Amino acid sequence: MKVLVPVKRVVDFNVKVRVRPDGSGVDLQNVKMAMNPFDEIAVEEALRLREAGKASEIVVVSVGPAQAAETIRTGLAMGADRGILVKSDFSTEPLGVAKALRAVVEAEQPRLVILGKQAIDDDCNQTGQMLAALLGWPQATFASKLVIEGDAATVTREVDGGHETLALTLPAIVTTDLRLNEPRYASLPNIMKAKKKPIDEKTPEELGVDLTPRLKVLKVVEPKGQRSGTRVATVAELVDKLKNEAQVL
Amino acid sequence: MTTLLIAEHDNGSLKEPTARALTAALAIGGDVQVLVAGKDCGAAAAEAARLAGVTKVLHAESDALAHQLAEPLAALIVALAAPYDAIVAAATSTGKNTMPRVAALLDVMQVSDVTGVVAADTFERPIYAGNAIETVQSPEAKRVLTVRSSAFKAAEAGGAAAVEPVDAAAAVAAGSAFVGAEIARLERPELTSARIVVSGGRAFQSAENFRKYLEPLADKLGAAIGASRAAVDAGYAPNDYQVGQTGKVVAPDLYIACGISGAIQHLAGMKDAKVIVAINKDPDAPIFQVADYGLVGDVFTLLPEFEKAL
Repeated sequence: MKVLVPVKRVVDFNVKVRVRPDGSGVDLQNVKMAMNPFDEIAVEEALRLREAGKASEIVVVSVGPAQAAETIRTGLAMGADRGILVKSDFSTEPLGVAKALRAVVEAEQPRLVILGKQAIDDDCNQTGQMLAALLGWPQATFASKLVIEGDAATVTREVDGGHETLALTLPAIVTTDLRLNEPRYASLPNIMKAKKKPIDEKTPEELGVDLTPRLKVLKVVEPKGQRSGTRVATVAELVDKLKNEAQVL
Repeated sequence: MTTLLIAEHDNGSLKEPTARALTAALAIGGDVQVLVAGKDCGAAAAEAARLAGVTKVLHAESDALAHQLAEPLAALIVALAAPYDAIVAAATSTGKNTMPRVAALLDVMQVSDVTGVVAADTFERPIYAGNAIETVQSPEAKRVLTVRSSAFKAAEAGGAAAVEPVDAAAAVAAGSAFVGAEIARLERPELTSARIVVSGGRAFQSAENFRKYLEPLADKLGAAIGASRAAVDAGYAPNDYQVGQTGKVVAPDLYIACGISGAIQHLAGMKDAKVIVAINKDPDAPIFQVADYGLVGDVFTLLPEFEKAL
């Protein structure tokens, strides 16, 4: 079984982004970039399926700028077999990415696509569901457990207030939640090996998709709400402030 | 202009995020109709009809809709979509699961997690874990939105809309089936709609301590209990307690962060609270930078004291 894992190049999760003073966006100059953390979990899950004898080949795909090749390389160093880069000059939106991924799926014919549930830059949480819709495939989002038996996937999902378990018939889409697994670090020999693994480059035109963003970003601002940051010395003082100053008790 | 609001419900009753998303839907302008799609969900439909501002309730009944699976629910919404200018759902796990599927089938780019309605086509939403707020304009003929329910007040009851049955033939199961669910029955208010949230972090050191020190305080305050990702990962609290970018996003009147250092990821889930209290023994913990009131000290001595002082 072939497994496709789409990955996104995003600002590293430890970086606190700064909004540009002119309100045009966030400042990404000289900021550390990394693979979206949920996508790392997706790569890891695919690797575990291969190690369990359920998956035969793992293809990592990214839709993004030329530098997204580095992100694919990270997936290859973790253990994926090969990569596909769909080069885009635009800031990507989930709908366009889902259309590009549909074209890749049609060419590659995987039985399972595992994606991160959301990217930590735009926080959209859409691409997996959109890809499932475009392909007409079933979906299990926010997965915390995945079991594959033949043509069936049993997926435990994190839902409001608890868990839900679904049975899917492959081919299917799964999106990862935090607790699905803990991704491995790439070892140095594997990082070296990954340099020789192939990355196939495609253009949106070759795939017949238009990645022009639909939504127009009018402005980006800092969130409101500077806090007073008053230090209180005792519990009694805290309770007094909450009752009389903040009036929330 | 007419908006279709997708109700969040468990067949037996309407869930609060529906009333909150209704406020956002009304802010878009025009009529708001509500779709209640489920199995034996007449009671939820009747409740939706009583929300002030709703002009009509569409009631869809089907076995395939019993568990609100994305495939049949999205197919039904798409089949009903023609007369509407906007389709809105709360960004609950059901809304987040279903609406992008609807958007893709309609060839629309969705606007996720709306926290403000600027105009009928222009919305505010948080990006980068809430470290920036973007204002986006959607040129789509039909707009598909999910709404962060904690950002909107619940619409009041007081309406008397007609409930109209609709054909649910489009809701066909497609490759996925419900196996089971484990939903915790909470004695306390629900995390995302509670007026007060008491939250615990790694400082509690064990699941026993987490309960022993947080529950009495939460009970006294009538508060919901939340947790940081560190506390959840360490097994001190169940995962549906998690407050953060990838957990629940809460905006209570009062948020009390106990023994939580304040990772960016966590702050994204609670910084819209009206008043934030931080209790932590590390005076340099980042949580103090977002707090209105900070108290430096050990949670094991301060929390029992806090509970007694109330």
